[in-house]
Amino acid sequence: MTATRLKPVDVVTVGVGVSGTILGKELTDAGLQVVGLERGAPRDTHPDFDMPGIHDELKYSRRFELMQDLSRETLSFRNAPGETALPMRQLGSFLPGEGVGGAGVHWNGQTWRFLPWDFETRSRSIARYGKDALAADCTSQDWGVSYADLEAHYDRFEQVYGIGGRAGNLHGEIRPGGNPFEGPRSRDYPNPPMQDSYATALFAQASTALGYHSFPMPSANMTRGYTNPYGQTLGPCVYCGYCERFGCEMGAKASPQTAVLPALLASPRYQLRTRANVLRVNLDSQRKRAVSVSYVDARGREFEQPAEIVLLTSYVFGNVRHLLLAGIGRPYDPVANQGVVGRNYAYQCISGVTAFFEDKAFNPFMGAGALGQVVDEFNGDNFDHSGLGFVGGGFIACSSTGTRPIESHPVPPGTPRWGGAWKKAVAHYSGRSLGIVAHGAVQSYRTNYLDIDPTYRDACGLPLLRMTFDFHDNERRMSEYLTARAEAIARALAPSAVSAAARSGRYSIVPYQSTHNTGGAVMGADPATSAVNPYLQSWDVPNVFVVGASAFPQNAGYNPTGTVGALSYRVADAIRERYLQRPGPIAG
Amino acid sequence: MDLSSSRRNFLKAVTALGAAGLPPADADAPPPASASAPAAGSGTALMHPAHHGAHRGAVPGEAEAFQCLTGPEAAFVEAAIGVLIPADELGPGAREAGVATFIDRQLAGAFGTAARTYRLGPWPEGTPEQGFQSRLTPREIYRAGIAESDAYCRTHYGRGFDALEALQREEVLKGLEAGSIALESVAAPLFFSLLLANTQEGFFADPMYGGNRDKAGWRLAGFPGVAAAYVDEIGKHNVPYRVEPVSIGDVQQGRAPVDAHGHALHTRLDKRS
Repeated sequence: MTATRLKPVDVVTVGVGVSGTILGKELTDAGLQVVGLERGAPRDTHPDFDMPGIHDELKYSRRFELMQDLSRETLSFRNAPGETALPMRQLGSFLPGEGVGGAGVHWNGQTWRFLPWDFETRSRSIARYGKDALAADCTSQDWGVSYADLEAHYDRFEQVYGIGGRAGNLHGEIRPGGNPFEGPRSRDYPNPPMQDSYATALFAQASTALGYHSFPMPSANMTRGYTNPYGQTLGPCVYCGYCERFGCEMGAKASPQTAVLPALLASPRYQLRTRANVLRVNLDSQRKRAVSVSYVDARGREFEQPAEIVLLTSYVFGNVRHLLLAGIGRPYDPVANQGVVGRNYAYQCISGVTAFFEDKAFNPFMGAGALGQVVDEFNGDNFDHSGLGFVGGGFIACSSTGTRPIESHPVPPGTPRWGGAWKKAVAHYSGRSLGIVAHGAVQSYRTNYLDIDPTYRDACGLPLLRMTFDFHDNERRMSEYLTARAEAIARALAPSAVSAAARSGRYSIVPYQSTHNTGGAVMGADPATSAVNPYLQSWDVPNVFVVGASAFPQNAGYNPTGTVGALSYRVADAIRERYLQRPGPIAG
Repeated sequence: MDLSSSRRNFLKAVTALGAAGLPPADADAPPPASASAPAAGSGTALMHPAHHGAHRGAVPGEAEAFQCLTGPEAAFVEAAIGVLIPADELGPGAREAGVATFIDRQLAGAFGTAARTYRLGPWPEGTPEQGFQSRLTPREIYRAGIAESDAYCRTHYGRGFDALEALQREEVLKGLEAGSIALESVAAPLFFSLLLANTQEGFFADPMYGGNRDKAGWRLAGFPGVAAAYVDEIGKHNVPYRVEPVSIGDVQQGRAPVDAHGHALHTRLDKRS
């Protein structure tokens, strides 16, 4: 097929989600011509998320209307390098988005800053616990940036996404009611925290009685009408309970659509092309410079879009796959522990506790994606790990995200899976249970990585990405420890029954866990162990930046989006203030 | 079990109809919204008279005709879902709630043909952690799973699944769930888990998909369906919020009033206003 060569532009973004829209906005504001290429369809609050159709659990939560269509592209998966990877034929463990806004449309809105410790996991673990603190095959490492480096970028993202919360550390001063473990903030959240539900209020009481510091989860569900620095006005959340896996009919959940895109689309320097599926990034003959990207449009026509700067801003898997298919950076070899692209793929290690009551009414269908109370005593290195046999941790939270009955009809342990007894338990316990989650980190290991599958291909004929991943003893011990603490909080509420299950055994791609996939194009100060430098710029092809959770060297015990947003602003600043002055590798 | 006489008659009627492979007629429940005129009594604030004409001349029951399931398949599904979610003193079960219609619709559409599933081979069985690897679509899994389960029943009990006694049906479903009954074309636990998942989906999904008739599943679980704006309710702790559930069709067709943003104005069932 002959590709039509298009007029060159300054910047092309491969993907139009959280990072693609922020970079589009910041760089068009800097005077650059930007083209955004999005493989999926356009979609917006109106009419796509209109009432009443958006309140359809089957369509959105079970049939994954807003997520990636696996008939066109998926990935393959195996637990260990010796096994044969097979394609993920149905969605399960994680739910990548597809279409304008990406996964930033169907997220819950839980918006975190990582702990200062998270950016220096390796050096601080060794400094505190000795040289054997990390397992021999653990490849967790420092990020090449500190929390202090990112503080202004976190702040910017929180302002644009209108985050509601309560500061726990303002300029180093610990403030009551916030997270006392967080890094110092230069200012408070732009919006107040969410209201508490009955469940989150009970969790806060029980946690406080146990001596923990419960605080409201930072939320991208608007707690009041809010106009952000881009002039975008977001409506207040009405706690309807349809966040996770849904678009917001109120425009009250910060997303690319509600917080950035209208301002970006108003720029004469921006062009959005939807149903534009990028096939490859094209390099020059020296393989030191990206010259263009090739994509296929809705009608199957192939185009070549030349650009001065190529920004990979798709989900983790798209970013890593494009690097591997283009041959940008050396692919990771787990046997030799050399090469960088695909290295340090990580995930989230989540476990749950459910407490059942006879005499309480939680109305669990009410809520918002980021309505929660959290304790952070067992996250990062906020507690002494001596003798515990693991590093890292996670937050423990009770959330009222809003539940719907197909996905959520909790019954006490020992209840049959179906039949009359099951039905009676559903009838009795609907609205009489609350859930507590332990949101654990995952360290990186030699045997957890991404590469190109040798067998399976997508609808364009390109090889699938292959994921090799399993939980390790560090994560299993951490999950046991965190789950026991979560269970103790649940038991303090004197429930009639409790079910608790730490994450154990092998990782399975079947049950939903989280869409918090990370790594594969990690950032760092050393090109031998990172694909991109501390500005998310490819070490090998400096006019390519790889932006997203693909840059996390390992995953922290928090949801990733806040850090994805912060890194996006870091890249925008680096390009605007440094790269444009002197195109080429950005030094130190 | 102490059933009222009307409930007993209702269960008898259901059993008789179900055994004949017909969709159940639930004598206690109002006709499904899709088949007849809008139910009276709910809000009138946003009635759309134009919608009424669209239903003129509609034959009751027409919308429940099976598109995909054959007669014997429908009989099998009716019999199985009646065990998975039985009718009892708490209210209708999956059969009475129209879950067979739901499953038929799902199998006839994108779900049944695996429209969003990766379908290229090869197809080694894989590990449980690698998830679904069948070469078959859900529609094909039902077709094969039902025929082969029925063949098992004929061999072991001398009749098809839908003609078995209640305890025998339960025995067979447990055998499929555990894999102690072996099927040829599809792993029995895969067939069973699909049937169970679809049954629960049909019981709890919006009624516009054919199941959850008269919102039986939502009533059981106390689920309001289309949400109201709860911004003034979320802070009322430990106070049950019990309402007449509202479906998407109720709003689209003007049977339920809504606020300016399209959220339902629920009718409270408890004492509070």
